[in-house]
Amino acid sequence: MIKDFIKGLWKENPIFVQVLGMCPTLAVTTKALFGLSMGLATMFVLICSGVVVSAMRKLVPEQVRIPMFTVVIATFVTAADYFLKANFYEISKALGPYVPLIVVNCIILGRAEAFASKHGVGRSFLDALGMGVGFTLALIVLGSCREVLGSGTVFGMRVMWQGFTNWVVMVLPAGAFITLGLLVGLFNIVDKKVKDKEAKKA
Amino acid sequence: MIKKILQSTFVKMVSALVAVGVLSGAVLWMVYDYSTPKIKKNLQNESQRAVKNLFPQMEKSEVMKNTGKGPDAVMKVLDANGKLLGYAFNAEGNGYQGLIKVMTGLSPDLTKLQGIEILESQETPGLGAEIAGKPFRGQFVGLSVTHEIEYVKNQKPSQPYEIEAITGATISSRAVVALLNKRLKEVRKVLKGGK
Repeated sequence: MIKDFIKGLWKENPIFVQVLGMCPTLAVTTKALFGLSMGLATMFVLICSGVVVSAMRKLVPEQVRIPMFTVVIATFVTAADYFLKANFYEISKALGPYVPLIVVNCIILGRAEAFASKHGVGRSFLDALGMGVGFTLALIVLGSCREVLGSGTVFGMRVMWQGFTNWVVMVLPAGAFITLGLLVGLFNIVDKKVKDKEAKKA
Repeated sequence: MIKKILQSTFVKMVSALVAVGVLSGAVLWMVYDYSTPKIKKNLQNESQRAVKNLFPQMEKSEVMKNTGKGPDAVMKVLDANGKLLGYAFNAEGNGYQGLIKVMTGLSPDLTKLQGIEILESQETPGLGAEIAGKPFRGQFVGLSVTHEIEYVKNQKPSQPYEIEAITGATISSRAVVALLNKRLKEVRKVLKGGK
């Protein structure tokens, strides 16, 4: 059971390993706070749709499962969007169209199809939670890297010295690709080291 | 026969889809019901805050009749004694990447800008987004608008109706100037006609 949760954090991390849901990943991570809020909104949709899809998996006719999952996902996305607009107006303004676009984020339909539609509610919940946390952490890391170099701050707090020139490229789309590429590379190096160690032990 | 139809995949598919659709509709109706008034209030608060920034002595504002509908209306800004501080109105137009929405303040005699506040913009971070920054916006405080606003590049403005465009973001700067000019013309017409 616990494995269902853990795998989303590292072994099957949605961003660094599965490389899913790149649209919000690249677009909104100009600041750590935006990464965090995008991650939380996605996690909310992941968990809700995972649980619902898993609960109704036996009632769903095979042929129409994809449209049904999509309707469920779209419902939760709309709810999340309206909730943000109503209660966290500034954040919702900053995230712009990327909250409604969670609908087409392949992590969500991917997990619904690959996991929730085949497993029980409990395991689906843990799977969605793990994926959501993994996604959120990755977005925060990406957002922090870009914010430090692009604006000299992390979560809005100044960390760079006075007179530091902001690297504008880091907040532009190019910066997103560069940072993501380097992070995926770093992830692979660490992953390989860990695996080598495990192999030696065995 | 009927039993056969009921058990057919077609009926199953249709009923499953209808059920999901109806349920999701019900959920969304509730969400909508809960959040719409709050969203409306957020928008109002935002423009109120912008007007307050433009006119710090503002005590209250009134939407003027016959100046346009909803967000197009011109607001009269009054101080605690009921003295007219100026007018406030929205102006919007296309920028480099999307809509730019600006709250604009105008002096009572319609000759000078009180300033501008950017309500919404999707300009490039670090470049065009600087239209919301103090150095650029500050240029509009007290800017003469008896003449059309114009912009200059890489030099200090020499006329009272000129502002300096942001280096590397001429299109965004130009967009702000253009949308202000266009809206000022309309507003002046409406206000003069009303007197």
